Amino acid sequence: MIQVDNLVKKFGAMTAVDHISFAVAQGEIFAFLGPNGAGKTTTIKMLTTLLPPDGGKLQVDGLDPRTQAHEVRKRFGIVFQDPSLDGELSAAENMEMHGIFFHVPRKLRVSRTEELLRLFDLWEKRTQPVKFFSGGMKRRLEIARALLHTPKILFLDEPTLGLDPQTRNQMWTQVKNLNQAERVTVFLTTHYMDEADRMAQRLAIIDHGRIVAQGTPEELKKQTGTPSLEEAFLALTGSQIRDEMAGNADQMRQVAKMWSARR
Amino acid sequence: MSAVYIMWLRELRRYVRSRAQIVASLGQPLLYLVALGFGLGPVFQKAGQGSYLQFVAPGVIAMTVLFSSIFSGIGLLWDRQFGFLKETLVAPVPRIQIMLGRTLGSATVAVIQGLLVVVVCFVAGFRIVDLSRAPLALLFMGLIACLFSALGTAIGSLLENMQGFQLVMNFLVMPIFFLSGALYPLKNLPTLFAAVTRIDPLSYGVDGLRTILIGVSQFGAITDAAVLAALTAVLLVVGSYCFSRIQV
Repeated sequence: MIQVDNLVKKFGAMTAVDHISFAVAQGEIFAFLGPNGAGKTTTIKMLTTLLPPDGGKLQVDGLDPRTQAHEVRKRFGIVFQDPSLDGELSAAENMEMHGIFFHVPRKLRVSRTEELLRLFDLWEKRTQPVKFFSGGMKRRLEIARALLHTPKILFLDEPTLGLDPQTRNQMWTQVKNLNQAERVTVFLTTHYMDEADRMAQRLAIIDHGRIVAQGTPEELKKQTGTPSLEEAFLALTGSQIRDEMAGNADQMRQVAKMWSARR
Repeated sequence: MSAVYIMWLRELRRYVRSRAQIVASLGQPLLYLVALGFGLGPVFQKAGQGSYLQFVAPGVIAMTVLFSSIFSGIGLLWDRQFGFLKETLVAPVPRIQIMLGRTLGSATVAVIQGLLVVVVCFVAGFRIVDLSRAPLALLFMGLIACLFSALGTAIGSLLENMQGFQLVMNFLVMPIFFLSGALYPLKNLPTLFAAVTRIDPLSYGVDGLRTILIGVSQFGAITDAAVLAALTAVLLVVGSYCFSRIQV
């Protein structure tokens, strides 16, 4: 379903993704793990047509995201690391927009919206503006929305960040059920190793833009001689803390803060 | 084409729901109309130019459409900040449709806002000279709205953060307004200044509205419409090019 060979992405002098290769089979749940700034999100952006790669090959359902972006976009659903809902609109309206963007026929859109909103416990709140939703509700809505057009692949970029254990647990159970019911391939990233251990059939660990290990959770534990995936992860990536470079917006916010403090 | 429609509808939905904002945005035109209309009225009258309220009302209407359209165009920046932009960028829809829907939505909102100000002007005592030509005023409002929504979208695509916004406000939007002849006649001006007012697109919008509403014209309605339409076309192309280059 996903085939990546020697993929490279550079930002100026920095190599964010450095010749990585991996494959994800159809219907598989694949976890892509790594410390902050390791290149996870950059890889997802390249797979989802948002960023052109600088080298290597990548295929999504046999198609090249570079040259067949339009076709590739029809095949996946994505939950971004940070929110991407329209807060002024209601849950139902966010679903409606997505359905229209993805050319879901009206009847199917209406019935599938109801089905998914019920599944993610949002049906009662469907007419409320999303800005009044809690963090967990917003995340659930994002997942429901990403599944609306019955994608072949679901990308989840740290979908459980900042959620309580109850919500996380429920969310993953539903994702797993959908994976089995609809055979949707799931490509996820997370910092919660227990989630990856429980959910993923296979996983890859990326660090400094390179894949340092891949296999089933059991294989990685065996390889590092550690009892848990968390320890295996630390054994493979070291315990040094990584600081992600602040983005443009963060930098500007800091500058603005400095200036306003001076005044 | 349904993507164009839903993006257009989104802008309208957002507008209708922000009632406080609708009322707030009427404050500024009202202030210009009252403070300038009545404040400068006697001086204008003495100079033999007739009623200043009659003169400035089309300018205030044009101002409203300008501000409303350019800001909702730049609102793209908010979509970027709050993430919704990404949802549209991974959709299997040509980006030009997203941009077009958004621009038309912004323009529609700006025209509605302009119509509200027409009502405010009417209440303040403004009278249209020939009611049968009033629909043509709508055409000019539409042209101004499309032109500046497209410009706003282009700017919104280029800006990456809120800081640039102030820059655009002070060095683009305010000059466009103040140099447009919205507040004063474009006659007998110093040569250099006159030249500047002629390259300001809003001059043609204000002039068009003034021609239709009060029968006073500088360039002629046909010229006005032609300039606005041509520039709108150019800015739509530029805007969609800038939009297509956005990376998140």
